[in-house]
Amino acid sequence: METSRRQESAASASNPLAIELRGISKAFGPVQANKDISIQVAKGSIHGIIGENGAGKSTLMSILYGFYKADAGEIYISGNLTPIPDSQSAIRAGIGMVFQHFKLVPNFTVLENVILGAEGGAILRGAMAKARKSLSDLAREYELEVNPDAVVEDLSVGHQQRVEILKALYRQADILILDEPTGVLTPAEADQLFRILNGLKDQGKTVILITHKLREIMEITDTVSVMRRGQMTATVKTAETSPEELAELMVGRKVLLSVEKTPAAPGGMVLEVENLRVRDETGVERLKGISFNIRAGEILGIAGVAGNGQSELLELLAGIARGEGTVRLNGQEVALNATADGQSRRARGIAHVPEDRQHLGLIMDFTAWENVAFGYHHAPEYQRSALLMDNDAVRTDTVDKMERYDVRPPIPTLPAKNFSGGNQQKLVVAREMDRNPELLLVGQPTRGVDIGAIEFIHKQIVALRDAGKAVLLVSVELDEIMSLSDRIAVMFDGKIMGERDPKITNERELGLLMAGVVK
Amino acid sequence: MDFATLIQILDSSIRLATPLLFACLAGLFSERAGVFDIGLEGKMLAAAFLSGSVAAVTGSVWLGVLAGVFASLLMAGIHGLAAITFRGNQLISGVAINFLASGLTVLLGQNWFALGGRTPALTGDARFGPITLPLADTVAPIPFIGPIYAEMISGHSALVYIAIACVPASAWVLYRTRFGLRLRAVGENPAAVDTAGISVTGIRYAAVAICGVLCGLAGAYLALGLAAGFGKEMTAGRGFIALAALIFAKWRPWYALGATLLFGFLEAVGNRFPSIDFGVITLPAQFMQALPYVLTVVILAGFIGKATPPRAGGEPYIKER
Amino acid sequence: MTAMPKWADAVLVPLISLLIAFFISGLVILAIGEDPIAAMKLMVTGALGSTYGWGYTLYYATNFIFTGLAVSVAFQAGLFNIGGEGQATLGGLGVAMACLFIPWPHWSLALVAAVFASALFGAAWAAIPAYLQAKRGSHVVITTIMFNFIASALLVYLLVNVLRPEGALDSASARFGDAMRLPRLNDILALVGIPFNNRNPANISLLIALASCVGVWLLMWRTRLGYQLRAFGKSEKASVYAGINPVRMTMYAMLISGGLSGMMAINTVMGEAGRLLLNSVEGAGFIGIAVALMGRSHPVGVLLAALLFGFLYQGGAELALWTSIPRELIIVIQALVILFTGALDDMVRRPVAGLFLLMKKGKA
Repeated sequence: METSRRQESAASASNPLAIELRGISKAFGPVQANKDISIQVAKGSIHGIIGENGAGKSTLMSILYGFYKADAGEIYISGNLTPIPDSQSAIRAGIGMVFQHFKLVPNFTVLENVILGAEGGAILRGAMAKARKSLSDLAREYELEVNPDAVVEDLSVGHQQRVEILKALYRQADILILDEPTGVLTPAEADQLFRILNGLKDQGKTVILITHKLREIMEITDTVSVMRRGQMTATVKTAETSPEELAELMVGRKVLLSVEKTPAAPGGMVLEVENLRVRDETGVERLKGISFNIRAGEILGIAGVAGNGQSELLELLAGIARGEGTVRLNGQEVALNATADGQSRRARGIAHVPEDRQHLGLIMDFTAWENVAFGYHHAPEYQRSALLMDNDAVRTDTVDKMERYDVRPPIPTLPAKNFSGGNQQKLVVAREMDRNPELLLVGQPTRGVDIGAIEFIHKQIVALRDAGKAVLLVSVELDEIMSLSDRIAVMFDGKIMGERDPKITNERELGLLMAGVVK
Repeated sequence: MDFATLIQILDSSIRLATPLLFACLAGLFSERAGVFDIGLEGKMLAAAFLSGSVAAVTGSVWLGVLAGVFASLLMAGIHGLAAITFRGNQLISGVAINFLASGLTVLLGQNWFALGGRTPALTGDARFGPITLPLADTVAPIPFIGPIYAEMISGHSALVYIAIACVPASAWVLYRTRFGLRLRAVGENPAAVDTAGISVTGIRYAAVAICGVLCGLAGAYLALGLAAGFGKEMTAGRGFIALAALIFAKWRPWYALGATLLFGFLEAVGNRFPSIDFGVITLPAQFMQALPYVLTVVILAGFIGKATPPRAGGEPYIKER
Repeated sequence: MTAMPKWADAVLVPLISLLIAFFISGLVILAIGEDPIAAMKLMVTGALGSTYGWGYTLYYATNFIFTGLAVSVAFQAGLFNIGGEGQATLGGLGVAMACLFIPWPHWSLALVAAVFASALFGAAWAAIPAYLQAKRGSHVVITTIMFNFIASALLVYLLVNVLRPEGALDSASARFGDAMRLPRLNDILALVGIPFNNRNPANISLLIALASCVGVWLLMWRTRLGYQLRAFGKSEKASVYAGINPVRMTMYAMLISGGLSGMMAINTVMGEAGRLLLNSVEGAGFIGIAVALMGRSHPVGVLLAALLFGFLYQGGAELALWTSIPRELIIVIQALVILFTGALDDMVRRPVAGLFLLMKKGKA
C-alpha cells in the first residue's frame, strides 16, 4: 500500500517525463522475461533499476533500445508514442545505451568506433575531421578525455566505457542507459563514472542506471524501480527508501544476510601459496606475486572487483592455466607449469566450483550424468575396464547425488541446459563437494542462483569447512564474502591488498582495499 | 633464362594471376564481413560455365560476362541464405556450393551442347581480345623498357586491367568509405554494428553480393579470356589458390595483388618448365603446383608472419540474450 | 527448441532435408528434359535390382562408410576434417607400400599389413594439419584443403617418377601379387551358400567397414577417450577445466579421422584395382562430409547414409549408361544433401521446432 502511494508521488515529480513505458511484455520461448511492466522517468533525473540477476532488467532496457522487440506494450518518449522497432529508431529518439559487454570494434580506433553508424556521409574523409572536432568538444565538456586515435583494444576497461558513453553523446542522446556499468570498474573508476553521470544530469540529460548493487542506487539515483522475476515490484524516490527495503523488494522476503556458522577451528596447514605470478596471452601480468595460506577447517574469502586477478588465481590453482610461484598442498609441492592439468589436481584432492558454470563447469549439451562424470571421468568407480567407462555406474551415482543435493528435476538423462541456474549449480556443487576434497576452490557460488539454492549452497560450503577441509572462496558479492569467510583477503590489480578478520572489519574498510587504497 | 623468356613468363604470370586476383578480392570482401567462403571455386566455375555458354550462343563477350556474374551471384545468394539468414555452417555451405557448381555445369553443359560438358569453342567477338595500350608500338623497340611495356604490360584483355583497377578500388572502398568501415566492423564485432542501428544482415549480404560479382568476373575471364570456352572443371582448384592467396595477403587488398601475382608467376613457371634443374636438385612440375598450398600452410602456421583472420569470421550473428 | 523430441532432431529433420534435396534433384532432371520418376526407377533397378547392382552399391558404400566415419569422429570433436580426400590418397600409398614391397604369402597377412599401413599413412597426412591447429591455431579446414592438393601433387609425382614400372605407359604402380587378392563378397557369401554375382568389386573390406562402425560407436560412447573427445567437441573451454588436454584431443581426433579415411584405400586399391592408380579416391573423401552430415555423425546414421550414397553412385552410373543424364547428377544430389542437411539445417529445423512447440501448447 505504502509503496504504491509513493509510486504516484515519484511519477508526479516536478519535471516532465522523458520516458514512459506502458505494459511491456517479452518472452523468450517459454521464459517470460518481462511481464506487463510500466515505468515513468522524469527528464533530467537519474533513475535506477535494481533487481537480481535474471530479474529482467537488461531485457527491459534492450527493448527500450530497440535491440529486442517487445511482445506487447507501448513506449512514450517525451510524452509522444514512439515505436522502437530497431536500434536505429532508438538512436533517432535520442536514446543511447552502454551495454554491460561493450559493443566496440577492438581493432578500430576510438574515433572509428564513435562514428560507426553515424558517419555523416558515404565517404569518410570529411566526416572524420568533423567527428574529431566534436569528439574533443564532448570530451572536454563531460570530462571524458580519451585519445581519439588510440586503438580500443589497447585501452583500459574504464576508458573503453568512456568510448561507449562518447558514442551515445556523439549521437546526441538525451537519454543514456547504462547496464551494470560498475561491474568491471574499480571503486575509484566507479566514482569517476558517477561524477560524469551527475555532470550529464546537470546538462539536462536523463540517465537510467541498471544495477544489482544497492550502494550505487543509494549513492546516485533520484528515483528507483525494483524488478523481480520479470515484474516491476515498485518505483520509489531514493531519498524515501532504505537499502533494507529495496533488498526486501528485490528478493521478495527478508534476506538472511548472515549464514549460521560456528567459529572456525583451524587445523593443520592445507594450502600454502607463495609469490604466484600469471601473465595472460598478451603478456600483461594478471597476478603480481600473491601469497597466502589456508588451514584445514577454514574458509578464506577473496574479495575484490571483478577482473583484479581472482579468476586467474582460481584457474592457476585448478590447473586450467599455468603460472609461476610455489603452491604446496599438505606440504607437497604442486607443479604450475602445465595447462589442462585438472586431472592431477583432482587426484590430489583439489575440487573446483568454477565462476562460470555455463562455460566451464558444465557442458550444456551433455546430460546430467555425463556432467557428473565431467572432470572425474578417470575415477575408478566409473570404469568398467581399462578402456571402457561404466556409464551405468555414473548414472546410478547421479541419481544418488541428485537426491542428496536436491537437484530438480531428478532426471539423470536430461541435458544440463534444461535445468534452471540454481539446479545447474547444485549439480556442479554435488560433483565437486561430494568427494570430500582436501581443498575446495569456489568462485561466485551463487551467481544467477535463486535464493533457496543460495542458502543450500552456503550451508554446503560451511559443512565442508566443519568437516575439516580448506575452502578458498572468491566472490564479488561483499555480503557473501563477509558472511561465509573466516578470513578475508582483498585483491586489487593482481595483488593482495591485505587480510582482514570479518568480525572486526566493515564494508567501508574492505571497499577502500578493493579500490587499492591502503592506509 | 634470357630476358625475352623472362618477359614471356611475366606476361603469362599477369594473365594467370587475373582470375586469382578477382577471386581473392571476392573472398576478401566476404571474409572481411565475417562470412567465410570456401566456395570461391564453385562460384568461379558456375560463372565460367554460364559466361562461356552465353557468349557461345549470343556471340557477345560482354553478355557472357554478365551471364557469368549472374551465375556467380546466384551461388552467392545460396551462400548468403545459408550463412546469414539461416545461420548455417559457412564452411559446409561453401563445400555444398563447390559441388553444386561442379555437378550442374556438366549436367547443363551436356544437356545444352552435348559436347561432354564443354561449351562450344569461342571465336571473334565472343572472346576477349588483347588491348594494345597507347604508344605500345612506339615504345617497343626501346631496349629493356620497350618489351616490358609492349609485351608484358600492354596487350592483355580488358578484364586484366579491370582486375588490377579493382585493387585500389577495393582498398578505397574498404578503408575510405562508410560502407567499408561498416563492413570491416561487421567482420570484427557485429554486435557493435547492430547496436549502432545498422543491419548486420544487410551489410553481410552486400559483402556476399560483391564477392559474387568478383567471382563472376574471375570465372568469365577463365572462359572468355584465358581459354576459348568453358571446359569441365576448368577452375582446377584456382578458387582454393585464391583462398590461399587471401590468407597469404592477410586479408588486405594490396597484399592480395602481390600474393596472386606470386602464385600466377609460380603457375607460369610451372607451365613453361615442366621441371627445374638447379644442378644439385631437380624440382618436378608437381612441386611447382603444390608450392602455393605449401606456402599457405607455412603462412598459416605462423612461421612467417602471423595471419589473423577477422575475429567474427565464420560465426553467424545471433543477438545474445 | 526444447520442445523438440530427440527422435525428431535425429531422424525427422534430416529426413525432411533429404526429401527436399531429392525433390530439387527431381526438378533438375525435369529441367534437362528427362523423367525423374523413370530415372528413379532406373536407378533402383540398376543399383538394387540384381546382386551385380548390389555388389557395386556395397562397394561404393564401403568407401563412404570409412570417409563418413572419418568426418564424423572429427565433427564429434568439434573439428571439420575436409581433408579426407588427401588422407585417403595417402592411405592408398600406404596400401601400395605394404603390398608392393613385401611378398606376403597369404592375403590375410597382407590385409592386416594394409589396414595398418593405410591407417598409418592416412593418420600421418592428418597429423600435420592437426598439429598446426592444436599448437599454432591454423584453421584445420584450410590446412586440410591445402593438404588435399599437396597429396594429389605428391601422388602424381610418385606414380609418374617412382612407382611406375619401367616401360609402362599409364601412371599407375605395378600390380600387387596374386596372393594378395582379397576375397570378394561373392566368395564370402558362397561360404554360407548365398549366390552372389562375381563381376563386382565388393569385397571383404565391407566387413572391415562394418567393424569400424561398431568400433567408432564403442570409442565415442563407451570409452574415456570418446567421452573426452565429445566433451572437447562441445566446449573446449570447459574441457580444459575438466583437465582434458585440447592439444591431445585435436591430435587424437584428427589421427583417428585420418586413419579411417586412409583405410578406405583397402577397398579401392587392394580390393578392387589391385594396384595404385592416379585417382582411386574419386571424391569419396568429400562424400564423407555429406554422409556424416546426413548421418548426424553417428555410426548408425553414417552406415545408412553411406548405403544411400552407394545406391546413388551405382544408380547414377546406370543412369549415365542408359540415358543422357551424365554421372555428374550424383554430384548435384550430393551437393544438395550437404546444403540441406548441413548448411540449411536451420531452415528445416525452425519450422519443425515451431510445429512441436505448437503441438505442445495445444496439449497444455
